[in-house]
Amino acid sequence: MSILIDENTRVLVQGITGREGMARTKLMLEYGTKVVGGVTPGKGGQTVYNLPVFDTVEEAKEELGDLDASVIFVPAPLVKDAALEAIYAGIKFLVIVPDRVPVWDVLEIAAAAERYGVKFIGPNTLGILSVGKAVVGMIGGRAESARKWFKRGNIGVTSRSGGMTSATSYYLSQEGLGLTTIVHVGGDQVVGLPHPDIVELFEKDPETEAVVMFGEIGGSQEERVADLIEQGKFTKPLFAYIGGKSAKSGTRFSHAGAIIEGGRGTHEEKVKRLREVGAIVVDRFNDLPKVVKEHLRKRG
Amino acid sequence: MARLHEYQGKELLEKVGIPVPKGRPAKSPDEVREVARELGGKVMLKIQAWITGRAGIGGIKVADSPEEAYEVSRELFGMEVGNFKVDTLLVEEKLDIEKEYFASLIVDDVEGKPLILFSSVGGTGIEEIAKKHPEKVVKIYVDLLNPIKEFEIRNKLRSVGISGRELLQVGGILHKLFLLARKYDTRSAEINPLVKTKLGKFFAADCRIAVDDYAVYRHPELGIEIARELDRPPTELDRIAYRVEEGDYRGTFYFIQLEQNFKKGEGYIGFHGAGGGGSMMSMDAIFNRGYKIANFCDTSGNPPASKVYRAARIILSQKNIDGYFGSGSGVASQEQFHSARGLVKAFREAPLRVPAVIRLGGNSEDKAVQILTEYTKDLPVSVEGYKKNDTPDYCAERLDYLIKNFKPPKEVKKFAPPKPKKPYRFKTLTGEVVLDHDKCAKCETKVCVQECVPGILKIENGLPVLAISEEEAKKGKCIECLACEIECWARGNKGGYVYLPIEGLEG
Repeated sequence: MSILIDENTRVLVQGITGREGMARTKLMLEYGTKVVGGVTPGKGGQTVYNLPVFDTVEEAKEELGDLDASVIFVPAPLVKDAALEAIYAGIKFLVIVPDRVPVWDVLEIAAAAERYGVKFIGPNTLGILSVGKAVVGMIGGRAESARKWFKRGNIGVTSRSGGMTSATSYYLSQEGLGLTTIVHVGGDQVVGLPHPDIVELFEKDPETEAVVMFGEIGGSQEERVADLIEQGKFTKPLFAYIGGKSAKSGTRFSHAGAIIEGGRGTHEEKVKRLREVGAIVVDRFNDLPKVVKEHLRKRG
Repeated sequence: MARLHEYQGKELLEKVGIPVPKGRPAKSPDEVREVARELGGKVMLKIQAWITGRAGIGGIKVADSPEEAYEVSRELFGMEVGNFKVDTLLVEEKLDIEKEYFASLIVDDVEGKPLILFSSVGGTGIEEIAKKHPEKVVKIYVDLLNPIKEFEIRNKLRSVGISGRELLQVGGILHKLFLLARKYDTRSAEINPLVKTKLGKFFAADCRIAVDDYAVYRHPELGIEIARELDRPPTELDRIAYRVEEGDYRGTFYFIQLEQNFKKGEGYIGFHGAGGGGSMMSMDAIFNRGYKIANFCDTSGNPPASKVYRAARIILSQKNIDGYFGSGSGVASQEQFHSARGLVKAFREAPLRVPAVIRLGGNSEDKAVQILTEYTKDLPVSVEGYKKNDTPDYCAERLDYLIKNFKPPKEVKKFAPPKPKKPYRFKTLTGEVVLDHDKCAKCETKVCVQECVPGILKIENGLPVLAISEEEAKKGKCIECLACEIECWARGNKGGYVYLPIEGLEG
């Protein structure tokens, strides 16, 4: 088991003929992802790595049959249209990679996703990788690296930072702690599946025995994970590091969405809330693998 | 978030039909007097600065006559607020206020929806109001597939006791606020206080509007210079960096100057991160060693070497830094030798005068660290490169050691670009490649052709030339990997050079 994707997930690549789309299609194919085709309006009929390219998602669906997921690699101003096209064509899971997508575009995607029962990761995400099975997005950069860096095991990883998704997963693997699924939830303020949603999916995954979370200041995702633990909706061990202790408070990292929640979003508050409900929060990122290992050993 | 000043926000409110007090901004005491005369009667003088609590620091004054307005404004102009000198006042008619309310539209990150907030109590922040009087706060989530209608807002407002003419006015204002937020891509649009005058008419007495950085490109009419949340006007270096970012869509480049007035030896570091989370984690590591950062900078998302070069040059232009620290997540999915080449070029040209520690962990880290350290060996300062198994704490410890044992080099040779005898040139997306065919003819390795990442060079008559058209190279087929310069200087006949201008930095 793994969450959201596995080796049977049939994946479409939107923007497959672009610089990033092409490079990451190669990564996904070589890692074992079942990529079945791509879409770039105006470039229907071409092929990329022997995969057929279509003008529209609907046409891709007619030709390829069921599609489980679409990963989007189009320039930020075009993301909204691409995502809505996939949603209206009936694809139920999206990975929205691009950075700098206007927030009102994300809100519109979120509204359509809610209406049609679609889940999405991102925007501004490296995507999701189910160790040894599939990657949707660009975690690892190269298939060879992804195989070398991430070992299979029983820990789920969720991170708000792309680089730290890989780093956290790599250092855990180095410590002999294998992984089930690793997720970069995306760096933006509004994302499709934030930490609490991912943590709930890990709760339901029998193979995942513990979760490691890389959090950051701003917003309330980490506090909401603490709420889930408190409410008994997440019962597995949770280990976390919260970045940004030294960041200047106020202006730059403050989020409009946090204003009505009263004191939420700071480093202190996140660490305090998580520790209150029994999560293990390390002060130095370096210590994370060691601490996870010790605690899991003690639990037996 | 790109914040608008109150007067800019009020211009938008007026455009969508939300009543604002009569008035306009003024840049000098003379202009203040002129506006006060036009308005007649009592006027409000409000400093335009991105802070809350302006009244508390004496930034909001009332004047009874144009002459008094002139006198009072002389004190307000030039007030120091944070890092910033007041240069604009908003001069407005003074309203006869009966009651204050609160209205705002925010992007709610929990629900992923626009959220209209209204409170029949105003004045302070909504946070406080919600705590003290939760029953007086209305929250309305908007479904963007079926955007809210005015009557729906009126139905909700009844719960806080708004009725009759008030209901009609407030309902209209909230609906218009939503339309404004959507039209101008605001992250937040707050009217606080929204006031009712003694004559029963509603006005937006103050407002705070912030536009989504990522959507600023859709709104040239707003004249936002730098799409970024700052509590001060951008510095010269912020501007230079922003132009670089705007001019190159490949990868991310984010730069903010945090400190300007520091001296050598105060422990300020030029900081060059990679990736948001990795940068923050690396900052934490350097802070734990007792240092401060002069700037925040992030180049990531597979940026070309040229972008990393420009970032490093901008960081190094901060005169009094004591060290240079580069570190990201440590396990980058991008090919790290690009960053290494960008850094090498910058360190040689600036030139680097302080110790540098760079953590280049990730794909191709061995090659990256080799490029970084080998090709900077002849510089008179230490440059150390580290990989993914070296922790950020260890790298910070190394920088600390190098800074503590640092003896400034006596003489640092200024860099001058080469003067080619037989230049072969072609333009790139943001610069120009020049190969000195006089030197290339005597070059045995022709390493430029082997190392060119996109493979756009070939040998013709014993000389390296483009294998594609000049047009294609300029449009981006040349990815500015800098191999034809960096590798040529290390292993060729020093004939290759890439000109990468940074507007505003030189001269």
